[in-house]
Amino acid sequence: MSTIAPTRSRTPIYEGTRIPSPIPTVLRTPPDVQATGDVLTVNFGPNHPSTHGVLRLIVDLYGEDVTGLEAVIGYLHTGFEKTMEQKTWWKCITYPERIDYVSFQNNEYVFVAAVERLLELETPPKATWMRTLLCELNRIHSHLVWLGTSALELGAISMFWYAFREREQILDLFELVAGYRMHTRYFQVGGLAEDIPRGFFPECRKFTDWMPRAIDDYETLLTRNKIWLERTEGLGLLSAADAIALGQSGPVLRASGVDWDLRKQQPYLAYHQVDFDVPVFQEGDVYARYRVHMEEMRQSVRIVEQCLDRLERMEGEPWIADDRKVVLPPRHELHTSMESLIHHFKIVTEGFRVPEGEVYTAIESPRGELGCYVCSDGGAKPWRVKFRAPSYVALQATATCMTDALIADMIAIVGSLDTVMGEVDR
Amino acid sequence: MSVGSTPGLVEVTEAHGEQTVIVEPSALLDAAAFLRDEEGFNFLSDITAVDYLGWGAAGVSGFIGTAAGRNLNDPMTQGYQAVPVAKPKRFAINYHLLSVSDRPRRLRLQVWVDDGEPVASVIPVWPTADWHEREAWDLMGVAIEGHPNLKRILLDDDWEGHPLRKDYPVGGEPVRFSGEE
Repeated sequence: MSTIAPTRSRTPIYEGTRIPSPIPTVLRTPPDVQATGDVLTVNFGPNHPSTHGVLRLIVDLYGEDVTGLEAVIGYLHTGFEKTMEQKTWWKCITYPERIDYVSFQNNEYVFVAAVERLLELETPPKATWMRTLLCELNRIHSHLVWLGTSALELGAISMFWYAFREREQILDLFELVAGYRMHTRYFQVGGLAEDIPRGFFPECRKFTDWMPRAIDDYETLLTRNKIWLERTEGLGLLSAADAIALGQSGPVLRASGVDWDLRKQQPYLAYHQVDFDVPVFQEGDVYARYRVHMEEMRQSVRIVEQCLDRLERMEGEPWIADDRKVVLPPRHELHTSMESLIHHFKIVTEGFRVPEGEVYTAIESPRGELGCYVCSDGGAKPWRVKFRAPSYVALQATATCMTDALIADMIAIVGSLDTVMGEVDR
Repeated sequence: MSVGSTPGLVEVTEAHGEQTVIVEPSALLDAAAFLRDEEGFNFLSDITAVDYLGWGAAGVSGFIGTAAGRNLNDPMTQGYQAVPVAKPKRFAINYHLLSVSDRPRRLRLQVWVDDGEPVASVIPVWPTADWHEREAWDLMGVAIEGHPNLKRILLDDDWEGHPLRKDYPVGGEPVRFSGEE
């Protein structure tokens, strides 16, 4: 089904660079257009329904043409990074999930992985594979939310219901694993918080059997839909060179013809042991970004299936590292072992200590390169935590993508950058 | 050529499999252009400013041990196993670089500055630095020099202070509708 894309002629990606100068993120109305006196400045947002959250755009309009644009952000700033400095390491794990509330497992993982690198702690294979599985399920979840809302904004209301139907199944799986539908906090420093519950594998199999057919359904509704094509093709152009200069990553970069995926280029978790393809499209427009998202969901299903094959043979293996300075001892030991009781008490009251040092860990989140910088002074709380949020960087490309766009295209273009405002504003 | 010939080089360190190149703040732009053009670091992932005020001092993270480790004659102390290594200046600005090529590599470019000491904007080298530098100014108060649009980005335009600094009080904001305003 993935080869049903019709053959069509496309305008080639532009020559040279389109990044505005001197401010790379602000598109200024040319003086000759401004001189006509017909330029209208309109304020979009911050509560416009089709800005994926609280994004404010100040747009200069000349007729229906967008001639100037500036993005204003910060309406959802909650100071996560400052808050995390006040909490012990293991209490911090709950915060990254709430930064990007659509790809919570990936955010959770990047922080845990950074701390594990400072601790030089190995995780057991079962934890590594389960983390890979959940990160991929989460990627499908994130792409479904993107697909549903972006299509909804362009008038394809039915897509929203279909996408959220499958999203519901994924959330049910998360609930089965962790007891929570979102913000699961299932990853612990050293492995997983609990063993994989009985009944998860068959339920997950049901989902992986169903999901490819669901993606086929989505594609029949959109991929060759004439309205969809006219609303997305040739819009929001971004060349490969501009995308790299603007720090774009993830689906946006791959839709601009750059074969770059951290899961392949700098493998983490179990990605070097699974078989999957990285979809790359050359057109650099909204439609190409849509195709990348659809193809990635198929690949994620493949990865989930391979993880299931492995995990089903790991019954009874440990799910968390056996390091009593960091990991809580098993509950039953507390009744018989004084040592375990002391360890438990120390970790719960004071928290574990992380050796002095700084690391920058980057993973491929559904939105691109998600980085986590962690600095420790050797104490029980982080000295500094910083997230490299892919959405924050993606929004910087708005001005470049909006060159020669119409006001109606603006919604499609902003949507295609796949931003989550919680992550932008942190 | 290697990172060892970066202009303004102070030190190259390696820890946890990551290379850090520390340069003089005055040579930052030259170093950035060198690393992009000669070393292939065409992708700026992130800019992180860190405030080291009070680093290794008592009271930040519990009581403190000695440089060699905990003082065994003083039981019940908690805190550091050992006093952390002192830092040259108050702020570190980290530029996390990536080479998007057939040879993917990462590098941390680091400069050290004191409060108010200017740091050149790297927008001419990596345009993506725009918002990262505005954030460093907004939340950490790093004086970025030569930025074409340096204003607050995440906080209100009339906000006072830079919240990620270590001397910014926590809980200093009155909570509305709490009955205590």
